[in-house]
Amino acid sequence: MKFAVVVFPGSNCDRDMYYAAKEALGEEADMLWYKDANLDGYDAILIPGGFSYGDYLRCGAIASTSKVVEQLREKAEAGVPILGVCNGFQILVESGLLPGALMRNKNLKFMCHFEDLVVENNETIFTSNYEKGEVISIPIAHMEGNYYCDEETLASLRDNNQIVFTYKNNPNGSAADIAGVTNERGNVLGMMPHPERAVEAILNSADGLKLFQSMLKNWRETYVAGA
Amino acid sequence: MKLVKVHVTLKEGVLDPQGKAVQGSLNRLGYEFVQEVRVGKYLELTVEDDANIEQKIEEICNKLLANPVIENYEYTVEEGVTQ
Repeated sequence: MKFAVVVFPGSNCDRDMYYAAKEALGEEADMLWYKDANLDGYDAILIPGGFSYGDYLRCGAIASTSKVVEQLREKAEAGVPILGVCNGFQILVESGLLPGALMRNKNLKFMCHFEDLVVENNETIFTSNYEKGEVISIPIAHMEGNYYCDEETLASLRDNNQIVFTYKNNPNGSAADIAGVTNERGNVLGMMPHPERAVEAILNSADGLKLFQSMLKNWRETYVAGA
Repeated sequence: MKLVKVHVTLKEGVLDPQGKAVQGSLNRLGYEFVQEVRVGKYLELTVEDDANIEQKIEEICNKLLANPVIENYEYTVEEGVTQ
């Protein structure tokens, strides 16, 4: 399986994401500079965290206007799995690829620590290796992770099972404790916590690895004969 | 040239923790008559005159300057300084 990691000016979790796919999962991965990225031929696309364009205007807003996001739109349309973490999630909501918006944390602070997440939906291509209701330990590191959407959107997220992860102890004020959501089709996932920072026991948690393993399992089941 | 002044504000009902913090500070400074603060953004755009200026400014606001999920915008178009 071949992963693309899209690197924007100001991305700073690109190497962690690359490491998770390449070393922890043991699959192929490339880091692609946003300007000359060609996403053709990749089985999954990873949008890493960081501070693209210095978080100017709104987090992810400037990156969402770049040419590579047009490619992302095409790939999302074609059903390619896309995972956006932290600033990657912010870029996906600013692009309209995911519903809602990410606002300043309720306590106005940058927070960087492990949080317990609840796997609300394990029937996605990103979470099939987890149990439903499983509690996993994944670090957060953000100041704008307070998920917001209107009531109508929230109801449709619930109806379509698009809420994939929630916080056990909501740290940032997110609506309905939301930590991660998918698009309606289920092939685009955005989440504020960093699964790529929790892929080995030495990192204090390997709970994030199952997310990448789920993606790999889905790819094998879809594309590898006899798997 | 035209000078476009854009105000971007949070929609009603969207929590504004930053505004809350500013309000708390003002109250602590003794200005207890301040009941609510909402923080927004103000942008000035100097643009070439254009027959469809309002349509284009609205496009710009919807595409980038404001996030329609959480924000509203208002703007005025004024005579700018010709350079």
